[in-house]
Amino acid sequence: MPCVAEIVVVGAGPAGINATERLCAHGHRVVLVDEGRQAGGQGYRRASPGLALDMAALMGTEAGKYEALHARFARLLPQIDYRPQTLVWAVEDRTLHLVQAGVAATLRFDALVLATGAMDKIAPFQGWTLPGVFTLGGAQVALKDQGCLIGRRVAFLGSSPLLALAAAQYRKLGGEVVVIADTTPFAGKLAALPALARSPRTLWRGLSYLGGAMLAGVPVLHGVTPVEVGGDGHVEALILRDRRGRERRFPCDAIALGYGLKPETQLAELAGATLRFDEAFRLWLPQCDADGRAAPGLYLAGDGAAIGGADAAEASGGLAAMAVLADLGEPVDERARLALRRRLAWLRGFQKGLARAFAWPVAQIRALPDEAMLCRCEEIRIGEIRQAMAQQLGPVEINRVKAMTRCGMGRCQGRVCGPALQEIVAGAAGIAGEQAGRLRAQAPIKPIALCAAGEAP
Amino acid sequence: MDDHAGQFVRAVSRQGPRITLQFDGEAVEASEGESLLAALLTQRSFLRRSEFGGEPRAGFCLMGACQDCWVWSDTGGRLRACTTDATAGMVLRSQPPGVDALRG
Repeated sequence: MPCVAEIVVVGAGPAGINATERLCAHGHRVVLVDEGRQAGGQGYRRASPGLALDMAALMGTEAGKYEALHARFARLLPQIDYRPQTLVWAVEDRTLHLVQAGVAATLRFDALVLATGAMDKIAPFQGWTLPGVFTLGGAQVALKDQGCLIGRRVAFLGSSPLLALAAAQYRKLGGEVVVIADTTPFAGKLAALPALARSPRTLWRGLSYLGGAMLAGVPVLHGVTPVEVGGDGHVEALILRDRRGRERRFPCDAIALGYGLKPETQLAELAGATLRFDEAFRLWLPQCDADGRAAPGLYLAGDGAAIGGADAAEASGGLAAMAVLADLGEPVDERARLALRRRLAWLRGFQKGLARAFAWPVAQIRALPDEAMLCRCEEIRIGEIRQAMAQQLGPVEINRVKAMTRCGMGRCQGRVCGPALQEIVAGAAGIAGEQAGRLRAQAPIKPIALCAAGEAP
Repeated sequence: MDDHAGQFVRAVSRQGPRITLQFDGEAVEASEGESLLAALLTQRSFLRRSEFGGEPRAGFCLMGACQDCWVWSDTGGRLRACTTDATAGMVLRSQPPGVDALRG
């Protein structure tokens, strides 16, 4: 008898494509829902139509994997119900609520694989809402998707191995890189070396990007403290303090800002996953077993489950699909499963090492001045949080701070300000980050037109 | 401040039919297949003004997460510029219709 389980995969990046492929190979008809215009996710994003971009040159050492994934997706396409440009805005009672081109629909599922990916983790500082400051991931999306540089003279700021990679891509396409500034001190990098040496190839690649920039005369600084974005109406300079405490000004017209990745966990939370504060990443991450099981019928894969990068996403997508199959009572290849588990554990372990080498700057965030904007949606400054907490909050809890100040209550639902708000609240209250609590996800997880929501049964 | 200097720089050429849309009463040339955000930011320095202080904003995450790049349509609807294709004949604004009149 053919199996009639309704299986839905959300997200068409490497994790979602791998999960879908494996489920299809077992004869299942899968619905693959994706918010993007084209499959690939953020890292393996396809150029928009009509763009004369040499993606192989841009992807460098990852070009083969990029091409392979898209070729596999093209072969998969005739076998699946693929729904691009479709937002899943809520999950309840084994039903997804979707909006596609303004039209609402629902979708029942027996098994749900969430491969929702990640966005940049952001530490704010003074002036970061000026036009010209973009996320580091955004700077790469502008290039891959639209063939655009975010500015003529770009500063790369934050703490992430992708700073040097993105800077190399910008230089390759004619952009001027004015500085690569990392908030983690060089000693912090050295301390993380043993963990990073587990993947010499990745380590070497990272060093070669930095070396290339330095040979080209690009200043590469470690242990910086961001001070301010200078400019009237748009970015004119990045002002920072170097590791010796000297203030330095780098004239530029754009800044790419990134402190590693932050999983998109909203749907997982609404679907019943439990979240726990992770001390290495200083983020609330969904809990799941080694194969991605997070709740009955709920499976998580890719960077949306745990930051691991594209290779880990592929492995975890395969594992999530195997978990679905096993739970449906179908046979799975035990040897392949064990190999994938080992590979995934190793790749995610490497990412934990990276999180130390490229640290989330807790002390810098807690020391930000009152005038710095924290919530760009509702325009709440850090001083407003501290003032509210000093006066009237009583027992400290992040959702109470949100209710009093509106910080994190705007259109992005705290995606951007959440991790920094966590530190500000914990810092002001003198408690551990975890004790400040967690901003809760709410449906709709992204803005939708009221008329679209109203049409849902 | 020059409002018309583009924030973005086109590093790779585009093929495809040229189209025209309108932003704040001015014609903007774009290519089919281009995102609204790229079409506007290659020619202008910002996309919208904040509802609170009126400061210019030009988007932030460029991947549909931060919700910072919504622009207004002439009929009062809103479009997220980073995930919307530029389309011929669009009539768009950096502020909701009627705000200019209200602010004198």
